[in-house]
Amino acid sequence: MSIRERLSGNEASATAMKQINPDVVAAFPITPSTEIPQYFSTFVANGTVDTEFVAVESEHSAMSACIGAEAAGSRAMTATSANGLSLMWEMIYIASSLRLPIVMSLVNRAVSGPLNIHNDHSDAMGVRDAGWIMLFSENNQEAYDNLLMAHRIAEHKDVLLPLMVCQDGFITSHSIENIMLEEDSEVKKFVGTYNPEHYLLNRKEPIAVGPLDVQPYLFEHKAQQADAMRASKQVILDVAKDFEKWTGRKYGLFEEYKLEDAELAIVCVNSTAGTTKYVVDRLREKGIKAGLLKLRVYRPFPGEEISKALSHVKAVAVLDKSDSLNSAGGAIFTDVTSSFQVHKVNIPTVNYIYGIGGRDTKSDDIESVYKDLAYIAKTGDIGIPYRYLGLRRD
Amino acid sequence: MAYNMKEIVANKRPHFTEGHRMCAGCGAPVVARHIMRALKEEDTAVVCSATGCMEVSTFIYPYTAWEDSFIHTAFECAGSTLSGVEAAYKSLKKQGKLPEDQHTKFIAFGGDGGTYDIGIQALSGAMERGHDMTYVCYDNGAYMNTGIQRSSATPRFADTTTTPAGKVIPGKMQNRKDLALIMANHHLPYVAQTLAMGDFKDLYEKAEKAIYTEGPTFLNVLAPCPRGWGYTTDELMEINKLAAQTCYWPMYEVVDGKYHITYKPAKKLPIEEFLKKQKRFKHMFKEGNEWMIEEFQKEVDRRWQELLDLEEMTNKE
Repeated sequence: MSIRERLSGNEASATAMKQINPDVVAAFPITPSTEIPQYFSTFVANGTVDTEFVAVESEHSAMSACIGAEAAGSRAMTATSANGLSLMWEMIYIASSLRLPIVMSLVNRAVSGPLNIHNDHSDAMGVRDAGWIMLFSENNQEAYDNLLMAHRIAEHKDVLLPLMVCQDGFITSHSIENIMLEEDSEVKKFVGTYNPEHYLLNRKEPIAVGPLDVQPYLFEHKAQQADAMRASKQVILDVAKDFEKWTGRKYGLFEEYKLEDAELAIVCVNSTAGTTKYVVDRLREKGIKAGLLKLRVYRPFPGEEISKALSHVKAVAVLDKSDSLNSAGGAIFTDVTSSFQVHKVNIPTVNYIYGIGGRDTKSDDIESVYKDLAYIAKTGDIGIPYRYLGLRRD
Repeated sequence: MAYNMKEIVANKRPHFTEGHRMCAGCGAPVVARHIMRALKEEDTAVVCSATGCMEVSTFIYPYTAWEDSFIHTAFECAGSTLSGVEAAYKSLKKQGKLPEDQHTKFIAFGGDGGTYDIGIQALSGAMERGHDMTYVCYDNGAYMNTGIQRSSATPRFADTTTTPAGKVIPGKMQNRKDLALIMANHHLPYVAQTLAMGDFKDLYEKAEKAIYTEGPTFLNVLAPCPRGWGYTTDELMEINKLAAQTCYWPMYEVVDGKYHITYKPAKKLPIEEFLKKQKRFKHMFKEGNEWMIEEFQKEVDRRWQELLDLEEMTNKE
């Protein structure tokens, strides 16, 4: 039986971690994810979990300790945001190259500088090609559910890759919403036990991890990582199917909201999808065929599926809450449009950089995007494809 | 049982096999092998190494010279990586997920680059948190793996590739950091400084104490580098001995805050004896540079006296 609760996104994530009961958690506080290790240390202090909590002196050490713990044969988790992830950067790549299914809760925040503690996606987008599976969450429920599915995906023998669950800092991490929680025993059953094939603490089979890997081997090892990333797509779908059977909550690579017959579509991740759904409903009442593709799985990138799902629309706007500062467009825009090209989809597509540094994105802003799309659909005139939403130029 | 080098070498596994690619005349493998011999036969270990000479010469895919489980992640994080391994051990043990009779020891190796400099934060954190591990710094006094650049462990006046002895600046201008004292001031249960001399008794006994003292322990071990220091490979043991006899490298231990100097030379040799064997100090012997040797000697004397004082102060009734 599911339990109805009211929790913030951070509380929901900490609750998921409690129910997963990982062997090791290593974390360093950083706004807005600080509450996760705080709540979790209370579970540790009260003996609610079996976890060894390593209160490290930096995020670099948090990820290093997670790598050590996971390689040792235990389940390791962490939580961070923004600069914390930046400081981990070196170890992020090492974690995935060592094929360690570490799970991280990433509460998205703007990466410095200048210093800003509020939400955007520059932290996640900075590690998008680091070999981690990346799941995005619209709300507290999704942050919770994605964490419950995380280990089944990451630890699958065809995958063995680290995984991060993203949610929007403050917007969902600190807002209290209704949520359906699952029972501890049911979570335990669903997540299962971690039985690595090779691990440091297996005294019957000592192993060496993290070699100097020179010209004859590194290329093949990187290709194996890429293969695992490709293979993870099916595993993500299979786990989602099992999850739906258990909880009734359905997940895919992305969510199509009124997209089937849509003419104008927005593509985005995380909490903005909630605002967009509200706008879609309002526009639909006026007879405007608006729709949304809310990306859940960003890595692996489901380019083919996205291209197919959008192939019938007349104009697309991709919203990026992180500017790539490359004079060509944001990360999701670049991924979507290059997939269109590869899969021979030819739809006018524009990019909006929005919400940087926690700039509020209101329903009116989203409505203005649909208005722009209607114009593009009607005239075929894209104008400037790389645009800003909610930016002051005065 | 009294220490007997022959018996130890004959009967105790080095855990670290031949075939590694460390240079001839390098102090580090000699030290690592003898430290690993201090492990009890029935115990296993997880060894962690910072990036550095030792790592890139002992674990080149698909070969490893380590008989125990071994992990390397990056340059600055041997301390935190091994923290994670040790935390996993504690957690799995507590939960009954590992055999009850399994006793695993955790030993980290880092050069002075990975320990004194880029890795000092992770080391300090790991020691402060109290992980049950031994961190061994094999100190060769410069970044040897990248080609002999200065570190904070490089002695004053040494000629390195980033502190070349030039016409205006005669080598490194700063004195070396005293890492063993910094670690002693973490108030760890066991901190020691040693080197491989004579029958290696000092090194072995300190390794044994460090590994088998519960909690975080630290060993600072001199590990000369023939390339960086400029000596011939057969001079390694002689250089080590002179480092001890001149008190350049004092051998001592700090047990629960009490200092014990474990080797006091009957006759403290002048520092020239140590310096003149090494090309990196060659310029100090040029006419007009006598002041450098005097300054060097003064610093050695000052630090030796500081240790004598600490020993006296911490052992008062």
